Amino acid sequence: MPKRSLRTTFVLPVLSLWRREVVRFVRQRSRLVGALATPIVFWVLIGSGLRNSFRLTGAEATGESMDYLEYAFPGTMAMIVLFTAIFATISIIEDRREGFLQAVIAAPVRRSAIVCGKVLGSATLAVVQALLFLLLAPLTGVPLTVGSFAAVLGVLVIVAIGLSALGFLIAWPMDSTQGFHAIMNLVLLPMWMLSGAFFPASGASNWLAWIMAINPLTYGVAALRQAVYLDAGGGAGAALPSFQMALTVSVGFAVLMVALSAKVVSSKG
Amino acid sequence: MPDDPAVQTTALTHRYGERLALDHVDLKAKRGSILALLGPNGGGKTTLFKILTTLLVPSEGTASVAGFDVRRDRDAVRGSVGIVFQKPSLDDKLSVIENMQNQGNLYGMSGKGLRSRSMELLERFGLGDRAGDRVATLSGGLQRRVELAKGLLHRPDVLILDEPSTGLDPGARAGLMDYLQELRDRDGVTSLLTTHLMDEADRCDQVAILDEGRLIATGTPASLKGTIGGDVLTVRCDDPVLLSQKASDRFDVSTKVLDGAVRIERDRGHEFVPDLIEAFPGEINSVTVGRPTLDDVFLHLTGHRLWDNGTDDDS
Repeated sequence: MPKRSLRTTFVLPVLSLWRREVVRFVRQRSRLVGALATPIVFWVLIGSGLRNSFRLTGAEATGESMDYLEYAFPGTMAMIVLFTAIFATISIIEDRREGFLQAVIAAPVRRSAIVCGKVLGSATLAVVQALLFLLLAPLTGVPLTVGSFAAVLGVLVIVAIGLSALGFLIAWPMDSTQGFHAIMNLVLLPMWMLSGAFFPASGASNWLAWIMAINPLTYGVAALRQAVYLDAGGGAGAALPSFQMALTVSVGFAVLMVALSAKVVSSKG
Repeated sequence: MPDDPAVQTTALTHRYGERLALDHVDLKAKRGSILALLGPNGGGKTTLFKILTTLLVPSEGTASVAGFDVRRDRDAVRGSVGIVFQKPSLDDKLSVIENMQNQGNLYGMSGKGLRSRSMELLERFGLGDRAGDRVATLSGGLQRRVELAKGLLHRPDVLILDEPSTGLDPGARAGLMDYLQELRDRDGVTSLLTTHLMDEADRCDQVAILDEGRLIATGTPASLKGTIGGDVLTVRCDDPVLLSQKASDRFDVSTKVLDGAVRIERDRGHEFVPDLIEAFPGEINSVTVGRPTLDDVFLHLTGHRLWDNGTDDDS
């Protein structure tokens, strides 16, 4: 047993657990379909269906017009991130049930390494898939430049870490995946729907706009939307929180979720 | 602190809510010995296993492994103990060598040293040519061997195994005991294993018998068997209850009815057989004389058999 240091009790375990998430994902093709195809189908069907009924409030005033497929584009990226985070964090329940987790818990690693390995693994998968989707951007008229691509990448990393850690926090105490599905339908999906991904807060009724204002994902989607239009300008359409505000809330949310996850894992030994 | 016991517990007690799973257990395993924790399922073995591997914090009392306290020095315990879980702990989507490397990384090992140590162990367990195979393609017995190799990877001073022979055929089971003895003799590794198989316990240096959360006896297999006076006679007859009564009235022996037969513990059992048959002519169908086994010791101490419940859920 080597001497205990930050490298042996945190860095090595995190890298190892992180790599494991990616390797497992690559070996399970069905997960790729679930996490990437579902949002695309969603986006195409709903986007095309609502295309003619949708008109952004205030759009006439500014003379801007926006296709619904284009409007829903950043939100669909958020959905891909959310779906992947859900699938990847459900695996902690399987790890526990199948026995892999017991060996990790009994190993001389910092408890935060267990969180970081899983969350970074999940976030990696989410970001890569969202970037694949981003390649479709030119088809919809979403302007993409090197600068906006880099900005989107940065925001995706932040949002993916936050949502993965949220998933971890929910999945850690659970002993069955059924429970997770209930939470997913009751909390995570509404969280996405009320994030401005689907419709802007400006068109929503008062109470809904309130929920959207306190939903952390609203800020993630707002940051993504503004990152996409970083160089082109405009595109944001309806009133959004400022880019800076959206980034600050998203980073804060991610930090909070990771910290809470680490706390929950430590408290159980 | 090489003279510290490898494993020591003092008044170790654990409760799950109201239920007392461990009741003031005082246990000691010498360095470089093999200790079997023998007992029925539900007797407290797995609770003790979880405490010694830091997966469970005990309610009361103390426990130390390799000289480190399981409460205060949890990370030091984790670093010095090798664990073989009863429930599989491998990732079956990964190959054998990938599992070994992940395990090594969790224990702070990396690079060439990790790779050569992994291959050395896999070769030792006859898995050298399966290193690149996914764990899911291995038979249950081979997976158990990977579990064992994984537990030994970081050269632990103390090896703790939970029902290690689960899923092993008798040949592989004997091979496991040979290997634990080799580790003990060559590297001074202490092994502590839980088992409900008396023949397995028989091959250990020390046996600690655990029943209903209490440690009811410890000693070498021979000394434990020596606590039973001489031989064990099993008398088959048509009315065991009646015969048991009559035999204990007539001779000064303790008798017991078990599985439809009368069981008598008696020194120089073979000399007692003619007396018994002459005393109850025509009533006895057969008499078997045997040396006491650990199962007899368990029965003698607890009044019930090791295998009574036969269920697999331990806690």
